[in-house]
Amino acid sequence: MSDLLTSYEAIVGRDVIGHLEHLAQPLAGRRVVHVNSTKEGGGVAEILHKMVPLMRALGIETEWHVITGSPEFYQCTKTFHNALQGNHTAPREQQLAAYEEANAAFAAEYGAQLVEADFVFIHDPQPAAVIKHLPARRGKWVWRCHIDIGSPYRQVWRYLYRKVVNFDASIFSLPEFSRRLPHAQYIIPPSIDPLSEKNIDLPAGEIRGVIDQFGLDPERPLVLQVSRFDRFKDPIGVIEAAQLARKFAPLQLVLAGGGASDDPEGAAVLAEVKQAAADDPDTHILLLPPDAHRTINALQRAADVVVQKSLKEGFGLTVTEALWKGKPVIGGDVGGIRLQITDHYTGFLVRTPEGAALRMRYLLHRRDKLKSMGERAHRHVLENFLLTRHLRDYLALMLGLVNSTTDRLLVGINHGRY
Amino acid sequence: MDTEKTAAIATPFHVRDCALITLATGVRAISLRELAEGARRVELGSIYHHFWGRLLQPMFDEPEYNNDFASWAYWALHDKTAAERLSMIDPTEYGDIEELRQVLVDTIEARLDESGQLIWAPADSQFHFLQSQIVVLPTQHSVAEPGELAGLLPTLPAGSIYYHFIDARRRTAASLDDFSAWLSESPGDHAALLDRLGGIDPFFSSLQYIREMLAQVFHEHYAGGAR
Repeated sequence: MSDLLTSYEAIVGRDVIGHLEHLAQPLAGRRVVHVNSTKEGGGVAEILHKMVPLMRALGIETEWHVITGSPEFYQCTKTFHNALQGNHTAPREQQLAAYEEANAAFAAEYGAQLVEADFVFIHDPQPAAVIKHLPARRGKWVWRCHIDIGSPYRQVWRYLYRKVVNFDASIFSLPEFSRRLPHAQYIIPPSIDPLSEKNIDLPAGEIRGVIDQFGLDPERPLVLQVSRFDRFKDPIGVIEAAQLARKFAPLQLVLAGGGASDDPEGAAVLAEVKQAAADDPDTHILLLPPDAHRTINALQRAADVVVQKSLKEGFGLTVTEALWKGKPVIGGDVGGIRLQITDHYTGFLVRTPEGAALRMRYLLHRRDKLKSMGERAHRHVLENFLLTRHLRDYLALMLGLVNSTTDRLLVGINHGRY
Repeated sequence: MDTEKTAAIATPFHVRDCALITLATGVRAISLRELAEGARRVELGSIYHHFWGRLLQPMFDEPEYNNDFASWAYWALHDKTAAERLSMIDPTEYGDIEELRQVLVDTIEARLDESGQLIWAPADSQFHFLQSQIVVLPTQHSVAEPGELAGLLPTLPAGSIYYHFIDARRRTAASLDDFSAWLSESPGDHAALLDRLGGIDPFFSSLQYIREMLAQVFHEHYAGGAR
């Protein structure tokens, strides 16, 4: 067994790893290619950074490529992102041309490899048009949609639908995010990597160092939201909530975020957030580089309460990260946050700044509840949202795709009924 | 240990594990009426999934209602009466899934007739009919005689419990769980153990609780040595 698998076994146990090995056995030597639009920043890249080596460790030949393009390409895909989440906005002609051009260029550069691959996972809309340039593809192509497209702006969805129908299957994080498509639609929630820099255990001294680095007071409660500076994450609402809660608890608020290289809107939102917090010495806006994983880890571990007050959310991996660290999370009552937070059990679901303020106050006052909810939160992630479960689902899906449509697959079983 | 009986058991019990991979059907409901219509239209695998497959989905040990239809009626429609009635549908009482489907539809329609009003769920809280594929895998565990299960059961993953205690009932003509089927085919008198296994309710529990109950039954039966 590889060192990588051994290190995961220490966390999830032998049975889980044995499960993966059995599933991967029939897929050994198969070629898999993942395509997305950024190597750094955002949940997709973080998952792929570990998913790819794990697939390789299980004997599957796995590659990862990134589609790139002009600034118009990124503006187009950001507009897609917003429109698919319900905003009535559409890319301009010039931006669409840049999108088509980037996809054509990618297909030209990597076409030979993609055509020969047994499985191609295309992540999100950015590379979704590559498929139409490769009619000679011989493997199974899967569109992995990480965002909520349950109520998209129809004009943009119609455009993307014409690309997506060409795939052999789609994957959505939640049933609510799926659209009616003429192929199999798998439901696979994403995951976090317990061994990544963002999630591994940290020495107390390192956590204290980060508190000092940002001028935080270790004696006062710390409330944290980690996310891109994006309007869907409602950073202004979080500032309002903290200001309301501060009447009852002397809390410090940290809004920590990085920009992703495929998000041109981040700077504008950051400026709005800085303005909203301008006169508030207890609100700390931290713009962190994309590789500040240990810093984010330390902040999450230092926090008393973590907030993710999203107005729209694909899944909310920052919620998963905080739950893994034993922190109850106050989350927006939307999307994948609902799958992770059971109200009053692993945290609270809220719809308003007032609701978030109420729950901040409650958790900071009731430390016993904070602790018991945090313990349940950690167990919930261990059982359901670690990378090993995610990989298991991918392997099962790949086996399902190559074994026609039967609803029962026996893997590595040659004898007896039980 | 009764070595004579142990030697007589020829077939070892190979413990298996399983994973469910969930698929959307594209069928949704926003009211009880649409729920009944969807339940009539979807494949039987979807009805099965919402009664049984949920046991392998992310949830906590004590779900408030026992199937997805009941949970949705409560959380999305706030119709507690419907939730209670749907929750009392026990799938183990029905010979096949088609019969279960009919009971489900009848229960929903009876509630519609009774309530006189149609309650709508919020747009972002619709019921999504799902179905699943099951992938069955070997594990490193096998036992040669029943008493060994007493020590092994507490360590088994939820997927093994699902496969051998839940899924088995639709694989076998007699609708038995695998443990009971194996004991029935094994030499020796296992009537008392079979009786106790038959008393474990497979539906009104979580997999973790079923595992505890199974382990307890085997442990108590074999306490003091294999029979």
